[in-house]
Amino acid sequence: MSIVTSSLSRHRQLGLTDPEYELILDAMGREPNQVELAMLSLMWSEHCAYKHSRRLLRRLPTEGPCVLLGPGENAGAVDVGDGLAVAFKVESHNHPSAVEPFQGAATGVGGILRDVFAVGARPIAVLDSLRFGEAERSQRSRYLLERAVAGIGHYGNSIGVPTVGGEVYFEDSYEQNCLVNAMCLGLAPHGRLTRSAAAGPGNVVVLLGALTGRDGIGGASVLASAELGEGDEAKRPSVQIGDPFAEKKLMECCLELLDRDLLVSLQDLGAAGLTSSAAEMASKGGVGIDLDISRVPLREEGMEPFEIMVSESQERMLCVVSPERVGAVLEVCERWETLATPIGSVTASGHIRVLDAGIVVGDLPVEVLVDACPLYDLEPEVPASSAPAPEAIPEAPLRETLLMLLRSPNLASREPVFEQYDSIVQSRTVRRPASADAAVLALPDGSAIAVSIDGNGRRVACDPRGGAFEVVLECAANLACVGATPLGLTNCLNFGNPEKPHVAWQLVEAVAGLAEACEALGIPVVGGNVSLYNEAPGGPIFPTPVVGIVGKLPDASRAGRLGFLADGDAIALAGAFNPSHAGSELSKLHGRTPTAGPLPAVDVAAVREAHAAVREAVASGALHSAHDIAEGGLLVALAECCIAGEIGARIELPAGVDPFAEALGRAFVVSGPEHALEGFTVIGRVGGERLEVAGQLDLPVSELRDTHARGLAQLV
Amino acid sequence: MAGALRARVLIRPKAGILDPQGQAVERALPALGFRGVENVRIGRLVELDIEDPAQLEEMCERLLANPLIEDYEIESDVPVAT
Amino acid sequence: MKFGVVQFPGSCDDHDALGACERVGEAVLLWHADPELHGVDAVVIPGGFSYGDYLRVGAIARFAPVMESVIEFARGGGLVLGICNGFQVLCEAGLLPGALLPNTSLRFVCRQVRLGVVDRESPFTHRCPEEISIPVKHTTGRYYSPEPVRVLLRYAHGENPNGSQDDIAGVTNAAGNVFGLMPHPEHAVDPLTGSTDGLRIFESMREYVDSHVLA
Repeated sequence: MSIVTSSLSRHRQLGLTDPEYELILDAMGREPNQVELAMLSLMWSEHCAYKHSRRLLRRLPTEGPCVLLGPGENAGAVDVGDGLAVAFKVESHNHPSAVEPFQGAATGVGGILRDVFAVGARPIAVLDSLRFGEAERSQRSRYLLERAVAGIGHYGNSIGVPTVGGEVYFEDSYEQNCLVNAMCLGLAPHGRLTRSAAAGPGNVVVLLGALTGRDGIGGASVLASAELGEGDEAKRPSVQIGDPFAEKKLMECCLELLDRDLLVSLQDLGAAGLTSSAAEMASKGGVGIDLDISRVPLREEGMEPFEIMVSESQERMLCVVSPERVGAVLEVCERWETLATPIGSVTASGHIRVLDAGIVVGDLPVEVLVDACPLYDLEPEVPASSAPAPEAIPEAPLRETLLMLLRSPNLASREPVFEQYDSIVQSRTVRRPASADAAVLALPDGSAIAVSIDGNGRRVACDPRGGAFEVVLECAANLACVGATPLGLTNCLNFGNPEKPHVAWQLVEAVAGLAEACEALGIPVVGGNVSLYNEAPGGPIFPTPVVGIVGKLPDASRAGRLGFLADGDAIALAGAFNPSHAGSELSKLHGRTPTAGPLPAVDVAAVREAHAAVREAVASGALHSAHDIAEGGLLVALAECCIAGEIGARIELPAGVDPFAEALGRAFVVSGPEHALEGFTVIGRVGGERLEVAGQLDLPVSELRDTHARGLAQLV
Repeated sequence: MAGALRARVLIRPKAGILDPQGQAVERALPALGFRGVENVRIGRLVELDIEDPAQLEEMCERLLANPLIEDYEIESDVPVAT
Repeated sequence: MKFGVVQFPGSCDDHDALGACERVGEAVLLWHADPELHGVDAVVIPGGFSYGDYLRVGAIARFAPVMESVIEFARGGGLVLGICNGFQVLCEAGLLPGALLPNTSLRFVCRQVRLGVVDRESPFTHRCPEEISIPVKHTTGRYYSPEPVRVLLRYAHGENPNGSQDDIAGVTNAAGNVFGLMPHPEHAVDPLTGSTDGLRIFESMREYVDSHVLA
């Protein structure tokens, strides 16, 4: 790291543009000093300020009868009945995971856990959505896959929160920019849901948790005084190291503090550490905060004030406590072996003041930090269509194609991955990974929560609006398969550089598609995250929206399953199915890049009806299995039902339906006694040990299972 | 601490106990182009400053190592720099 | 009958064990820093990552104040059940022979496994059928003992998830009152979330205590 000499001014080195710097000078009436510049550069970064996406995100619908906490808090929350709320959110940790996948993924989990217990909810489940380059061909992507999975397992398992679901996909597009999106859900009695707004001038600001070091200071280090020069990189770890044991104690401590009503507010420390935490708390409360950095317990010697203010050391929280309760707070923290240090106070000044043993070393109006950052309108441009129309997929015997798809890394069994996760701790898991299309967690009153996380890149690259719409449909369809009604949605938007017109277009279209789907299905967005600038010299990643939906089912014992169950059951198709090969897995295996063009049109009324019909049939106990038709199309879905149920089937494919063509989120394979399938189109019968399609396919289920099991096993 | 020594305790899996970590590393090295490597064993290092090095043996027996499955080796002759 | 479930910083399956015990009797949590056992009739040391698994699994937990009392309780013939991390703590404390080593695969594994109940006369297994189905979830479950040992549970053929010698899944001490196992019986007590074979172990303990009090 070379010492600052520069012809390039400080503010530019920190990522602020000249116009932005002018705005700062105007707002402050003077030049910011080193501490203030560091704080501003982070708060005004894309990551913290959402400069390029905030206006666009206003398009998303956020209201709903069950919404208790909407976007803007640490996590969103919905009412699930019986006086309980489920708080949840998804966040990305893409760039750190590309640098150090184990710790990047682990600290991604750590961060999202903190967001959830910051609102007073006990974390009860984690899910993760992962995307890498082609691990079959790329040593690097294989390494990232292995280490990211190990990191997620390490953190989640150690802290005692089950990882109950997720997805993994492979595309060349993600070779240089892997995606690691982590979702967490937590449970809270309504009365414990907490907001982060600081309040009450005179109240004490207390820092909880780990010591503060130089983790994550990265780019701001150009401000460091000359003593730390070249060769001192070890002193500025760019990688944050997570400590799940520390977070377990911190979590139990915070939940007890909230149970005992000892806190005015609580906020976690994430990106930009103390700066963003204090600024957000003050902004929401319309107050100011004074912080004395000399009181912050440090892990390193000689840390400068700016370093303390922007450090991203993990496993820390900030809380506001009324003065007469500070003693009680410190007592609880001591029992949980969690460091607790009063470091400041709430004021009426509307400023964040940074003091060093009483001397002011930084002073910024909260408004300038949080609200004055300019928001940019995207300048989307519809890309010129230059690619020729794709050639048709060559015909091949069903057997060959089916086995090729089942063996492919995007469709093969995920058991080698999810076996590394504890999916049962806390004793709520009614449906473990791979037994149903959504995870199901029991609630005390006999009902249950369902949750799924789903994303797509290839299909969204073909048709950003239609693809994003479909992502929401698919996630909701997964919930319908277990009998659950969606209550709320969280989303993570993983895109390239939004200053490029075609990426801007993808983003605008995708957000429109998400919004339309949420409106069509009546699912409010309660929070989310945006990760931009996922680009390499070769270009941006596929536009990849990822959504997580939480829903509820009335009777946990009736949660749906995906495997066929009983010899003699009828098998039927539910929903209007109009698939094509646009963006399909088969087209990918034939080397096709996604070509611009629409995905199969959606009949919204028919989709709503199909989701409702399947959901009700499952919840009533009438169906024996339900599985949505997703990547790989109808025949892959049928094979998956046979494999999961360890039983065969005899099928007649509906006329005119390409068995491997795709249309996500709108059609299902269901099974059960014939009378339970009225209204659906019967296409076959469960039984025997083989999957048979009249005259075209006859495969033992054991061969399907072995092929399916092999695909990822050799990569992880 | 005045007169303290810097001690190092090296802890290894006992011979005869399967060490899959050591084996994994041994297998990975040739793939990176390193030949002629055998008997990789992976253990732990504990470093500490101690006034009375005579206590080290008991510390190892009681806490730092599990004598059933681990061997340990003590080095303690380096004075702590003041 | 009152069970005591020990709680260390980092215990994860403590409340799960508490819930399982409450299905057959009364149960209380025993905080690690409190040397009192509060008159419990049996002690359960649950799964998790006590003290972050720092240094060695179970190495630090075994010195907790509550453990001195548990050791005394065991020496006096009291029933002690150690599950997963609890098994590791009991070996470190010398209440059970042997030690738990890293899984041969070097990976965490979470999987339902079939177990053969080798000894169906013990206070912990007399209510168990010959074969039971229970989940395992651990990175350090490979059992090793250079000395002969009394085995209570073995992984069924082909189901050893960690490379344990002789497929050993659970062992007891010479006196038969201390039992350590890697599988998690507390996660097999409710048909809603899995099998109910694990409940038999807690029932066995309850019946043993009841019949020995009256005797």
